[in-house]
Amino acid sequence: MATVKSDGRPFATRISGPIITAKGMSAAQMYEVVQVGSLGLVGEVVRVIGDLATIQVYEDTTMLKPGAHVECTGAPLSVSLGPGLLGNIYDGIQRPLPGIEAKSGAWIRRGEKVDALDSEKKWTFEPLVNAGDDVAGGQIIGQVAETPLVMHRIMVPPDISGTIRSIAAKGEYSLAEPVAVVETGSGPQDIMMMQRWPVRVPRPIRERLRIAEPLITGQRIIDTFFPIGKGGAAAIPGGFGTGKTITQHQLAKWSDAQIIVFIGCGERGNEMTEVLREFPELEDPRSGRPLMERTILIANTSNMPVAAREVSIYTGITLAEYYRDMGLSVAVFADSTSRWAEALRELAARLEEMPAEEGFPASLPTRLAQFYERGGAVTTLAGDRGSVSIVGAVSPPGGDFSEPVTQHTRRFIRCFWALDTGLANARHYPSIHWLQSYSEYSEDVKNWWETAACDWEDLRTEALTLLQREERLQQIVKLVGPDVLPDSQKLILFIAEVIKDGFLAQSAFDTNDAYCSPEKQVALLRIMLGLYHRGRDLIQDGVPLGMVRGMECVSDILRAKSALSNKELDRLADIDRRLNEEADRIAQQYVKGTSCYG
Amino acid sequence: MDNLFTGIEDRGLEYVGASRIEGPLVVVENVRDVGFDEVVEIRDPAGNTRLGRVLDVSGTHTVVQVLEGTTGLATKFLRTRFLGESFRLPVSRRMLGRVFDGLGRPADGGPPPLSADRRDVNGMPINPFARRYPREFIQTGLSAIDGMNALVRGQKLPVFSGNGLPHDRVSAQIIRQARLLDEQVEFSIVFAAMGIKHDVAEFFIRNFRESGALARAVMIFSLADAPSVERLLTPRVALTLAEHLAFDCGQHVLILLTDMTNYCESLREVGTARGEIPGRKGYPGYLYSDLASLYERAGRIEGSPGSITQMAILTMPADDISHPVPDLTGYITEGQIVLDRDLFQRGIYPPIAGLPSLSRLMKDGVGKGFTREDHPILASQLFACYAYVKRVRGLADVIGEEELSPLDKQYLKFGEAFEMEFLNQGEYENRSIETTLELGWDALSVLPQEELHRVSDELLKKHYRMKRDTGEAACAV
Repeated sequence: MATVKSDGRPFATRISGPIITAKGMSAAQMYEVVQVGSLGLVGEVVRVIGDLATIQVYEDTTMLKPGAHVECTGAPLSVSLGPGLLGNIYDGIQRPLPGIEAKSGAWIRRGEKVDALDSEKKWTFEPLVNAGDDVAGGQIIGQVAETPLVMHRIMVPPDISGTIRSIAAKGEYSLAEPVAVVETGSGPQDIMMMQRWPVRVPRPIRERLRIAEPLITGQRIIDTFFPIGKGGAAAIPGGFGTGKTITQHQLAKWSDAQIIVFIGCGERGNEMTEVLREFPELEDPRSGRPLMERTILIANTSNMPVAAREVSIYTGITLAEYYRDMGLSVAVFADSTSRWAEALRELAARLEEMPAEEGFPASLPTRLAQFYERGGAVTTLAGDRGSVSIVGAVSPPGGDFSEPVTQHTRRFIRCFWALDTGLANARHYPSIHWLQSYSEYSEDVKNWWETAACDWEDLRTEALTLLQREERLQQIVKLVGPDVLPDSQKLILFIAEVIKDGFLAQSAFDTNDAYCSPEKQVALLRIMLGLYHRGRDLIQDGVPLGMVRGMECVSDILRAKSALSNKELDRLADIDRRLNEEADRIAQQYVKGTSCYG
Repeated sequence: MDNLFTGIEDRGLEYVGASRIEGPLVVVENVRDVGFDEVVEIRDPAGNTRLGRVLDVSGTHTVVQVLEGTTGLATKFLRTRFLGESFRLPVSRRMLGRVFDGLGRPADGGPPPLSADRRDVNGMPINPFARRYPREFIQTGLSAIDGMNALVRGQKLPVFSGNGLPHDRVSAQIIRQARLLDEQVEFSIVFAAMGIKHDVAEFFIRNFRESGALARAVMIFSLADAPSVERLLTPRVALTLAEHLAFDCGQHVLILLTDMTNYCESLREVGTARGEIPGRKGYPGYLYSDLASLYERAGRIEGSPGSITQMAILTMPADDISHPVPDLTGYITEGQIVLDRDLFQRGIYPPIAGLPSLSRLMKDGVGKGFTREDHPILASQLFACYAYVKRVRGLADVIGEEELSPLDKQYLKFGEAFEMEFLNQGEYENRSIETTLELGWDALSVLPQEELHRVSDELLKKHYRMKRDTGEAACAV
C-alpha cells in the first residue's frame, strides 16, 4: 500500500498531471488555496467530496508522490493591490517575473515564492481625509503618485466602514505600514496602502452606467466603423497569422484608456518580450510619457502551467477593477481567450467531467459571461465614474468562427472585429473584415463623435454602404469581368479600393499612420467621399471614368494617411481644395466641349 | 528536488507483475513511493530492459507508459523498477558529431557521453522577462524566405508541407546556407527525426557530410520502425541538448524537428489508450499545450550569447492547413513557411507559397540597419501585388485571359515574373540579400509605377526600373 500518513495532516492520494486528489480535506473550502509537498506548490481546491478534495496545481507536478502533505491556507486565491503594480509584469498567479528572475535566473523554477508588491519600498502618501471623518468601503482616503502618469488613490477596503480615528501625515510609508486607523463597529482596523482581493469575486460598485464615450484607439477601421465604448466588450477572432496580436498590441499602445492591463494568456513568450521591450520606449500620444507607466502585464505563456493560465484572466481583470475603483478608465486586453478556454477544457477532462461541445465543459458559456460581465462603465463606491473595457482575442481552430468559443463569446460582447485570412494574406492590416464585423456601440457613442464632426454618422453609413455595394459588384465581376459594368458602377469599385487602401489599411510601423487622431479620421473619410461625389457627378455629365481615376489628387489622397501627421489637417484641407478645383476644371472642359479626351 | 524523495530506502525495489497491459500502457498495483512522471525500468521475460514513465499515480494504481513498446510483455513476469527521478539526459558539448536514438542513448556504437550534468528533458519554461527579443537577420540564400518571410536568429519557423513535396531538400538547403550577414559564426545543428524513413535520414546525413556540417551536428533518430511512443521523448531530448549547447556553451543552435505530424500521432495514440476525451480529429485536448512545451523552447536569453533557432517540419494530411497539427502549430510558432503543390507541379523550386507563408519576426529584423532600407516596403508591395495576381488568375479562369483588362494582363505578367525569376532558384544557388531585393524590384517593375501604392516616391525613384518597356515580359534581367 501507499505510504499511510498517520499524523492527521491532509495528504495527496493521486497525482495526474496538474490535478491531484488529497485526503483529509473535509474542512477545505471551494477555491481555497493550498500548498502541496515540500516545495509548497501552489494549488486551488476545485472539488470536495467527503474528505477527498480535488486540487488543481498551478505548477509542474513532476515527481510529486502520493503521501505528499497538503497545507490549507484558509483563503481563496487573492491578489495584492496597491502602488507598484504599474509597469510590472506578473505570471498568472501574480508572481512578479523580474523578482523570479532575480531569484532563480532565466528559467522559472517551481515552488518559487516572490511577493507581488515590494513591501520595503517607500511611497509618498498624501492624506485626503481628516481624523473624525466618516468613511465607507471604497472611499478614497489618500493618494500616491505611482507613476508620473497615474495618481494612485488609496481606498478603504470595500468591506470596512466607520470613523477615521487617525490618519498619517504626508510622508514616506511602505506598504506594510498602516496609513490610517478606522474605528469600525467591531473595533479599530488598520488601513494599509495595500489590500488583498480574491480574484474570482468581482469588486463591488455602486451602480452600472450607460456607455456614452468611445474608447479612442487611433485605429481608423475601429474608431470610425466599429467603435467600442469605454466600458464595452469586444472580441477579435481570427485564424493564425491574421494579426490578432499586432491588433491587440496596437490597441494597447494607442487606446485612450488611463490604465492598460495586457493579459498574455497561453501565447508566445517572445510576444511578451516584445511588449516589455517596446512599451517603455513608446510615448503615450496624449501625455508624452512612456506607455509602460500606465501598463500592467500578465504573462502566462503557452509553456507555463496550464492551471495558472486558467486563473491569469481573473488576476488581470481584478487588477483592472481595482484601478477602475479609483475612478479611472481601464482597458483589458486578453490574448487569447481561446487558450484560456482550452485550459478549462484540459482541466475539465482531467477532472473527468462530462464534455459538451468539442470537449469543452458545459460551463464554458457561464465562465465566458462571468469574465466579460466584469467589464462596464460604473459609478464606483466612492461615487466616481470608472470603466473597464475588455477586448478578448479569440483563436478559432482553422479560422472557423462556428466553433464554440467564438460562438459563445459573441453572446456576451457587443463589438465583433472579425479578422480575415484573405486580407491578411494580401498583407492588408488590420485585417478586420468590414462586412463581417459589427459594433452595437455606434449608437451609444454617436453623440460624442457628432459634437466634433456633425456628419460622422452620415460619413460612416455612406462608406459602409459603398463597401457593401462593391462586394456585390465583385460577384458580378467574378463571373463576367469588369468590362460589362457601366462607369458609374466601376466608380464604386474604384472608390472602394481608395477607401480600403487609403483608409482601412493602416500600418502599425509607420510613424504617421500608427495612430490616427479622430479629427484626421473624419477628414480623410470626408475627402474620399468627396472624391466619390464629384466623380459621380462628372460621370453623370459624360466624363469617362479614366479621367476621374487619373486626377492628380488621387495619389495624394491615397498617401495622405502616412504622408501627413495628425497635426497637418490643414494640408488635408489643401488636398480637398485641389480635388474640387481639378473636378471643376474637368467639368468645365466637358461643358465647353473642348476636352482633348472627348 | 531531492527532498521530494521521502522514501529513499524503497529505491531499487523491483516489483513483479502487472495488473493490466493495454497499448503502450502498463498498470502496476500497490507500488510504494512513486512520483508523477518518474522513469521506470521494465524488464521483459527475455531479460531486456525497456524504459517507461509514470503517467498517473495513486495509492493503489500506477500507470506506466512504456516508451519502447509493449510487445512481448506479460502481466505475470513483468518486472518494474522505479528509478526515483524524472527522465534525464546527460548533456555535454562533446555530443556534437554523434548519433543517438530517440531516447538519447548512443546509436553510433560509441560510448555514452560522460557528463555529470544530467538535465530533466521536460525543461523549464523560460521567464518571458529574461528573454531577449530576436532580431538578427539570417540569410538563407532563398529569395522566397529572405525577401518575403525573413528568418531571424532565435525564431521558431516551421515548414508546412505535404507528402511528396520537397520539404527535405528545402530544409537541407536552409541548413547548408544559413548565415548571418556580418558574423562568421557557424550554427551547431541538432537534428531530431521522428518517424521518418531511413532514406530520408540518410539524405540528411549525406547533406551534412557534403557541406562539412557533420562535425557540428547532433543527430537524434527515432525512425519509422522505432516504437511510436518513444517519439514523445525524442524532441524533448533534442531540445534539452540544444538548450545546453545554446545557453551553457554559448553556441548558436539550429534545431530541425521532423516530422511533427508523427509526433502528434504518437501523442494521440497514448491519449486514446488512456481513454482520454478526444478533441478535434481524435487528438487530445492538450495538444496545444503539449506542442507549446516544445516550440517555446527556442529563442534567446538576456545575458547568454547563444540562441536556439527552431525549424519544425510537418506534413499536412491531405494538404489541409486547418488540420489540428498545422493549425495549432501556426498559433504557437512565429510564422510558417508553406509549401505549395501547385508551384511544385509547375517545376518551381523552392515551391514556397507566396501568400500563406509568414514570418512574424521579420518586421524587427529587416530594413534599415539590418538588411536594406527598402526591404520591408518591397516585401509588403510584392505581397499585395501577388495577392491581386491570384484574383486576376481566378477571373481569367472564368472569363478567359483574352477578356482581361490591359492592367490585369500586366498583373499576370508580373505574377509570371515573380514566380519564375524571384521565387524560382537552384537547389545550390545561394543568393545574397542584395540579389534577392534587386530581383524583387525587377519583378515589380513589370507593373506601372502608379500601381505600387505602398512604395514612397523616393524609393520608387531609387529602385523602379524606369527604362524598361513594361509591356514586355520580365524574363530578361
